[in-house]
Amino acid sequence: MQNEPVRVLLADDDEDDRLFFKEAFDEIKIKTSVNLVNNGVELMKYLTQKSTQLPHILFLDLNMPLKSGMDCLLEIKNIEHLKNIPVAIYSTSASEEDIEETFVQGANIYIKKPSDFRTLRKVLEEVITINWQYHTSGLIRENFLLSI
Amino acid sequence: MQTACKIILQQQLDKLKLDYSIPGFNEVEINEPITSNRLIQMNTFLNNYGIEILDAPKSVLIQKIKDAIIEMVYTEKKLPIFKISTYLAEKVDHSYGYISALFSEVTYTSIENFIIIQKIERAKQLIIMDDLTITEIGWELNYSSVAHFCTQFKNITGLTPTTFHRIINKRRNAAMNGSKQNTKSDVGLK
Repeated sequence: MQNEPVRVLLADDDEDDRLFFKEAFDEIKIKTSVNLVNNGVELMKYLTQKSTQLPHILFLDLNMPLKSGMDCLLEIKNIEHLKNIPVAIYSTSASEEDIEETFVQGANIYIKKPSDFRTLRKVLEEVITINWQYHTSGLIRENFLLSI
Repeated sequence: MQTACKIILQQQLDKLKLDYSIPGFNEVEINEPITSNRLIQMNTFLNNYGIEILDAPKSVLIQKIKDAIIEMVYTEKKLPIFKISTYLAEKVDHSYGYISALFSEVTYTSIENFIIIQKIERAKQLIIMDDLTITEIGWELNYSSVAHFCTQFKNITGLTPTTFHRIINKRRNAAMNGSKQNTKSDVGLK
C-alpha cells in the first residue's frame, strides 16, 4: 500500500537553510514533496494562488525581511481556506515568551533551529510523523502543540 | 477448499485479462492500475461464487487497529491491565507481529507510540475541560505517578501540562477579544 507523499512547504530567506531542509527531507523515510519559497511575500503570493495545491504542513522561518514569519502566520490564520494548514515555526530564538506567543497566535509547532544536520533530520522526521497522525487519525487540530 | 477457491479466482481473473498474482489465501494482487468499472465487473463475476472483494484490506485492518486503540484509551473504565499486544491481536484476529509491522509501514509510527499519542490527546481534552487536576488526569489515564504522566506529556508535546493549559486559554481569550474588537478587551478573562 502506497501513501501519498506529504506535501511540505518551506519559507526561508536563507539559501543554506533551504538546502539543508531539502536534503534532510530527502533522507527521512516518509515520502515528501518539498516546495520552497524565499520569503514571506513570495509565500503569501504562492498560498493565495488558485492553482496551488495546499501543503500538509508549512515550515515558517520567523526572521525574514519584508514580511516576517509572524506576519505571515497572522495573515494565514485570517484567511478562511488557509487557516487550517498546520504551521511549524522555526527560529534560532528559544525564549519561552517567543514560543508561547507563536502558539497563542495559532502556530502548531515550534522548532528551535538545530545546529547540526543529524539533529535537523531527526526533528523534521518527528514533526512530519506526528503531523501525519493529525492528518490521518482524526485528532483535534486545535490541541496540536509541539515544541521541539 | 482453498484450492477450489484459488482455481475459481484464477478462471475469473483470466476472463478479465488482468495481470495478477495470488500470494496467499484471501489475497489477490493486481499488478496494474484497474478502473472502477472493471472492479465492478470483477466483483460481479466473483459474487457468483460467493467471493467478495474487500477493497484495500490493509487499510481496513489499520482502521480496526486504530479503532480498538481509541476505544481502549477512551473507555470510561480503567485501561486494561492485561497485555495490550494480546488484546489487540485478539481484537483484529491477526498475530501481533503482523499487525505491528503493517501498522508501522502504513502509519509511519509504531502501535506503542500511537497508543501514547492517543493517551496524550485524551489528557489534553481532560486538561482543557478543567474538571480534573493534573494528578487526577494521570490517575484516570492509568499512569503510575503524576511525574511519569508529566514526563510523557512533555516527551510528546515538548510542553508541560500546565504550559499547555495556559497557552490554550490565552489562545481562546485572544480569539474572543479579536472577534469582539468593539467591546473592552479585558472583560471575560478567567
